[in-house]
Amino acid sequence: MNIPDGWQIDIGLEIHAQLNTQSKIFSGASTLFGSDPNIQASAVDLALPGVLPVVNEAVYAKAIRFGLGVSAEIARISAFDRKNYFYPDLPKGYQITQMDLPIVTGGHIDIFLEDGTVKRIRITRAHLEEDAGKSLHEDFDSFTGIDLNRAGTPLLEIVSEPDIKSAYEAVAYARKIHQLVTYLDICDGNMSQGSLRFDANISVRREDSATLGIRAEIKNLNSFRFLERAIVYETDRQISLLEANKSVPQETRLYDPGKDETRPMRSKETATDYRYFPEPDLLPVVVTDEKINAIKAEMPELPAERCQRFIDEFKLTVADSNLLASDRNLADYFEIAAENSKNALLSANWVKSELLGHLNRDSLSIKDSPVSAIQLGELVSLIGADTISGKIAKDVFSALWAGEATSATTYIEQHGLQQLTDQSALEPLILEILNANPKQRQQLLSGKHKLMGFFVGQVMKQTQGKANPQQVNTIIKRLLQESP
Amino acid sequence: MNLNNATISELHQLLISKAISAKELTKHFLDRIAEHDNQINSFITVTPDIALEQAKAADRALASGKHTMLTGIPLAHKDIFCIDGIRTTAGSKILADFIAPYTSTCIDKLNNAGSITLGKTNMDEFAMGSSNESSFFGPVSNPWDNTKVPGGSSGGSAASLAASLCVASTGTDTGGSIRQPASMCGLTGLKPTYGRISRWGMIAFASSLDQAGSFTRTAEDAAILLEYMAGHDNKDSTSLNLSVPRYTAALSKPLAGVKIGLCSDYFKEGLDSEVENLVLEGIRELGRMGAEISEIELPHTKFSLSSYYVIAPAECSANLSRYDGVRYGYRCDNPVNLEDLYKRSRSEGFGTEVKKRIMVGTFALSAGYYDAYYRKAQQIRRLIKNDFISAFKQVDVIVGPTAPGTAFPLGAKTNDAVSMYLQDIYTIAASLAGVPAMSIPVGLSKGLPVGLQLIGNYLEEAKLLQVAHQFQQQTDWHKQQPQSFM
Repeated sequence: MNIPDGWQIDIGLEIHAQLNTQSKIFSGASTLFGSDPNIQASAVDLALPGVLPVVNEAVYAKAIRFGLGVSAEIARISAFDRKNYFYPDLPKGYQITQMDLPIVTGGHIDIFLEDGTVKRIRITRAHLEEDAGKSLHEDFDSFTGIDLNRAGTPLLEIVSEPDIKSAYEAVAYARKIHQLVTYLDICDGNMSQGSLRFDANISVRREDSATLGIRAEIKNLNSFRFLERAIVYETDRQISLLEANKSVPQETRLYDPGKDETRPMRSKETATDYRYFPEPDLLPVVVTDEKINAIKAEMPELPAERCQRFIDEFKLTVADSNLLASDRNLADYFEIAAENSKNALLSANWVKSELLGHLNRDSLSIKDSPVSAIQLGELVSLIGADTISGKIAKDVFSALWAGEATSATTYIEQHGLQQLTDQSALEPLILEILNANPKQRQQLLSGKHKLMGFFVGQVMKQTQGKANPQQVNTIIKRLLQESP
Repeated sequence: MNLNNATISELHQLLISKAISAKELTKHFLDRIAEHDNQINSFITVTPDIALEQAKAADRALASGKHTMLTGIPLAHKDIFCIDGIRTTAGSKILADFIAPYTSTCIDKLNNAGSITLGKTNMDEFAMGSSNESSFFGPVSNPWDNTKVPGGSSGGSAASLAASLCVASTGTDTGGSIRQPASMCGLTGLKPTYGRISRWGMIAFASSLDQAGSFTRTAEDAAILLEYMAGHDNKDSTSLNLSVPRYTAALSKPLAGVKIGLCSDYFKEGLDSEVENLVLEGIRELGRMGAEISEIELPHTKFSLSSYYVIAPAECSANLSRYDGVRYGYRCDNPVNLEDLYKRSRSEGFGTEVKKRIMVGTFALSAGYYDAYYRKAQQIRRLIKNDFISAFKQVDVIVGPTAPGTAFPLGAKTNDAVSMYLQDIYTIAASLAGVPAMSIPVGLSKGLPVGLQLIGNYLEEAKLLQVAHQFQQQTDWHKQQPQSFM
């Protein structure tokens, strides 16, 4: 994206990450996605009279893990507040959140810019809060349906400083957060289910202006692409307004992916004064040093550390290591395959070429791969042991992918695809082929080395690819030496 | 024995000696409710079927010897406690047809102890009021004089016991809603330490102040009930995770050496002179019994009313947002859109006093006013707490009047909010600090009961109950009953 000359863009992101706890933040109801409407709404989620919230302790550990992951301060005392506004999918008429004393303050994330340089994006704070339910405006004939299954799902809201200067940086930052929360196992990162959602605060200003422009907040962006498109549209819109000597109103807007534009939210959906005050139903949260140290001791390996380990332990190239460590699920997959194959380098090659190729072709995520890491590991081990050739292995992989086989070993046995490594069986066949092609044999002997390929190809053809080309090569050379 | 003035401990003896069955006892009170409640309107819902079913179970428990002190004891519960399957209204039109799908922890504990639920008692709407006149279900009359108010907000619970329509009753106290009606109805009313009894299932007015408690004929009965009602609850984060003492065990200790504090701020203008004299005479009686009486200072107590009338409305403004006509409760007819649904459901569903407090609280929390009102009120609250902490370094119990006067005529203060709010001038400080307090009868002024307030240190309910019990061994004000209900 090109930023018009003379303009500067300032973006701060608020990222809502749904924490992957079994039950909700203030009730025992399940957080499972995709159930029938309202079956996961308990008395607390419905805000019946007289019910009280009780904090699910699991959310603290997850929030603290995030804080440690971005080198932030962990508050020894944090507290919940009520954020008041009326909306049908907010049953209590207030959201329980952390306003004054968030559990995480400060911290940063480093992103790579297009030119490869590193840029640090500061994090202002990350606080715990509850998700709202869903309002379903279709299918109810002028009524709105309310589904409270999501109400009370724990959220970590991660707020950045306005350090982000372009759509590219915003996406890079958002992807880093996605990578981090999935690595930390605090969020499943499933964008299509709304597990990670972005609000972008966007403003523009003349390059020589020292103060930030008036911002618009684009709410509820649920994909990296929409985040990018919304920023591109919105900055263009704001620059056009200012260039026409009009002002940018401070407002909340929505991005419409169908029209690829942002437009103001209906004013009813936004409140001007949330009347925050301390939540009297919950005590302040006290976090001890012991607790923080215990969480530190159990911190999972972060992407950068894992990348370095792949280089040190498996001797992968920096590029391969970066690619494989970029996504926790991909890295896990690779490690399982490497362990099962006892051949990390070959496993890495197969994961990044064959596996990623197939996943891209079928638009699948690594988690949905029809070939498991154990299956791929087995296949790679058979290549490493010269049981099959690389070419046959690709056919076996396709069979596994298509569900025609469950184990490479069994499939190879059933279809007789083992490599012909028995020299006594190969020699007569090779001799026969040499004798059947005297002209080519003579040329090879006289130094035309590329005819070696011709003979190897003939042998491979005769054996339906089951011979080991390396071995065939050696046998041919020896036979020619023995009887020129 | 006259069942109409019998205490829990007396009736317990009758029940275990088989002199009376739980069924007979329950029927006696159900009959009295049927006969007399039309004069005072103390019940919103009477639950004879449930009561008789529970009485049957109580009789089985008594027969098998597996009983508690409460087995077979007929109680009335303030209609602010949710009980599974029974209508729970909080005295409001907005919940007039609400049937709770669960039981509050406090009532659950009383049920498990074998007590009988006679019904749900009338109350000021959402516990906002000091006269029980803001109830959607009509005002309650004081059994001592049915032209007078019973006090509030737990007016129905107080009146039902004063009229001998139950043996004891539950209530809630946010700024004086147990103590003030206890004073006006001649009863022993206990508001324990904040957090001593679980708030789960108790409809919220002001979460940081709401506390369940009881109305009884004696301090001994209050001790018995508290042993069953108190305790930690996983469903209420603010409930105190501490073991529950045997409150009944400490009652018989004599008063010698007990230090009692007197605060001159509690005896200033606004206090009825006859009430003042009776209270001072009660304090002299405590002195004669061996208590050491001294003056203490509570310098910030004079700000408690102002602080309370910011904090309580602020919390209520959020607590009552859930009554929006969307999921349950009153919904206006034919809403044209969402805003109309909200506006009319709430305007039509809430009464005047509730709407007034929601607006006050909303204002106090608004951007630009928060620091001047809510933050300031919280600062005062902290100072009031500190006052009590220092005072209780010198004395065991602080005594004074419960209310500035006796029961006033129905309608007398309904158009004078400040005068009504002043009813709680002596009770609010203990609520803001979260310390336990109670009211016990200390005499009659022109035929109407007067209450003596006892305020104790955090978790020292046992000390309060001891002082009250000892006083009741020497006096018989707590045995007085309104003539027409004897």
